[in-house]
Amino acid sequence: MADTDDTQGIPLPEGAADIIDTDYTIGQDNLEGNLGPFGFDVHNPVFLISALTIVAFVFYALALPEQATAFFGWLRPWLTSTFDWFFLGAANIFVLFCLFLIVSPLGSVRLGGKEATPDYTYVGWFSMLFAAGMGIGLMFFGVLEPVYHMAISQPLGVPSPIAEDGSIIAANVEAAKRMGLAATIYHWALHPWAIYAVVALALALFSFNKGLPLTIRSAFYPIFGERIWGWSGHVIDILAVFATLFGLATSLGFGAQQANAGLTYVFGVPTSTTVQIVLITVITGIALVSVLRGLDGGVKVLSEINMGIAALLLLFVLFVGPTMTIFSDFIAGLGTYVAELIPLSNPFGRADTDYMHGWTAFYWAWWISWSPFVGMFIARVSRGRSVREFIICVLIIPSIVCVLWMAVFGGTAIDQVLSDPAASAVKAEVIDSYNPPLSLFAMLEGLPLASITSVIGVVLVIVFFVTSSDSGSLVIDTITAGGKVDAPVPQRVFWCTFEGAVAIVLLVGGGLSALQAMVISTGLPFTAVLLLMCWAIFQGLRSEAR
Amino acid sequence: MFTKIMVPIDLRHLERLGNALGVAADLAGHYKAEVVYVAVSGREPSDLGHSAEEVAARLAAFGKDQAARHGHAATTHLFVSHDPAVDLDKQLLAAEGDIGADLVVMQSHVPNVADYIWASHGGTLAQHSRVSVMLVRG
Repeated sequence: MADTDDTQGIPLPEGAADIIDTDYTIGQDNLEGNLGPFGFDVHNPVFLISALTIVAFVFYALALPEQATAFFGWLRPWLTSTFDWFFLGAANIFVLFCLFLIVSPLGSVRLGGKEATPDYTYVGWFSMLFAAGMGIGLMFFGVLEPVYHMAISQPLGVPSPIAEDGSIIAANVEAAKRMGLAATIYHWALHPWAIYAVVALALALFSFNKGLPLTIRSAFYPIFGERIWGWSGHVIDILAVFATLFGLATSLGFGAQQANAGLTYVFGVPTSTTVQIVLITVITGIALVSVLRGLDGGVKVLSEINMGIAALLLLFVLFVGPTMTIFSDFIAGLGTYVAELIPLSNPFGRADTDYMHGWTAFYWAWWISWSPFVGMFIARVSRGRSVREFIICVLIIPSIVCVLWMAVFGGTAIDQVLSDPAASAVKAEVIDSYNPPLSLFAMLEGLPLASITSVIGVVLVIVFFVTSSDSGSLVIDTITAGGKVDAPVPQRVFWCTFEGAVAIVLLVGGGLSALQAMVISTGLPFTAVLLLMCWAIFQGLRSEAR
Repeated sequence: MFTKIMVPIDLRHLERLGNALGVAADLAGHYKAEVVYVAVSGREPSDLGHSAEEVAARLAAFGKDQAARHGHAATTHLFVSHDPAVDLDKQLLAAEGDIGADLVVMQSHVPNVADYIWASHGGTLAQHSRVSVMLVRG
């Protein structure tokens, strides 16, 4: 907390920063008033168009489910196979751009002005960006992906160690193990975090240093100039709201199905729509409490608790599982990742299209469509960091944690599959039949205290969804309030509830897959948007004090 | 009886603060007390300024204007929060102690049905404050 008075002076300055001189006043397009007893302060037309379009698309998915599923079911693979080169190439550019910023003098620029100090400790900051960025994904893909890539998708043509009759081909084991981990790490390390870092850096720079509102359009000021306050900016913000809300709602719907599967596996709870609706309602209810407790009392506290529990689970699996194998997997997986990074990133002339289109291009489109949400949240909590510190902490450290996570969870699962294939529950749920939600629980079943660790797994999944829902509501509210961070709280409650309601409606009426495919489709235009952002960041940083 | 009167200010809606400002000025004159105008802001750019420092300057100008208009001693404090929309009540309660106020004078709306769900800021302050709180309606 900083305080000030007119006689003591204020803790000025935050230091030199290159404020953009614009005639636009934040909130000048906002509609402010009361709806019944509740106040509102929303951007016109971003709020209205976003909310109405979302309702219209939900109706479309419900009214014509077969048509919607068929169209988006075709669209998604078409996009990832036709524009694979664009997604892979762009993601490589984002990584190179981030690495360039670390070594360039531009890395000395501080977000928030030359003298700004960080608002959060490393632990709080890191927990929040991790919980918003990919906490939930690690729970679900930590076991699934390494095993799948080792045995089925065959990245870069590395052959599977499991024969069709289920026997182990000893000669293929070592290479496939290493590639299984490396191919997973590729999807969770430098590239996704570079995507988030670009968006977050652009938003933080143009808001904290240039004085523009904390909303996606501000990052395009160097390109569009004053026109960002018009329709070009409205479209960018509406797209961001759209991708964020549907991304969250569909994830919430699928998450409820996955949590239900976990509860069935652990407690024998029936798998039914009713249970899933109860789960969505509970998750949304906890998220509402978190929303009402604010950024520091809600998201931050939950993120730190969750990271603590996740770390304990990681340590448990590390020491109770095959510890020495995990350590050697960590080194071997990391080494293979470094060695194969260029072949895996190569967008041209690849034969492993199952891996490249089905996984890599899909992931890149997914991370990019989520980047407005995660990037904006990271931006909001990153004031006071230098660009170099920011990139190292957003790019390098989460990457190392992801490598460790994959080595521990994936390495243990791979060890279970290869050491006793007949008894391995992971093999049954991932290789023999494809049940992604159960993969984590199947791996835990092979370790002691499975009944306790599986419950912890379900709790972690639910709380990671709560933090996503909460931070997502915060982000959508800020965008639809024209960049205001202090709009009336009922608006945040509205978005959080709306997101839960959309998830329930889609769960009951069908259409979750269609809308998730549509969210991923927004990844294509956003990839172009992010490339422009890199240029805007470069321009913006050049004029800053270093 | 009172030496320091804290008056929470919403710089966006100064026109709605008329009664509370007048009451605070009268009390300050009666008790020869200092009035401390306080506000809560985020660090993100807003319609009130590009940074918290600009908002602080605006608040300081407001304080000077009130002092000149009513003839009482006045200072201002801006409290910076990560999430001002939610943390306002918490910040104001902390502010009382930080500035050593012994009375809070605050504008508050006439209660309506929304207060059953969300207590008003004034209501929350009156409920939890250790010092006297005077809510001015209308």
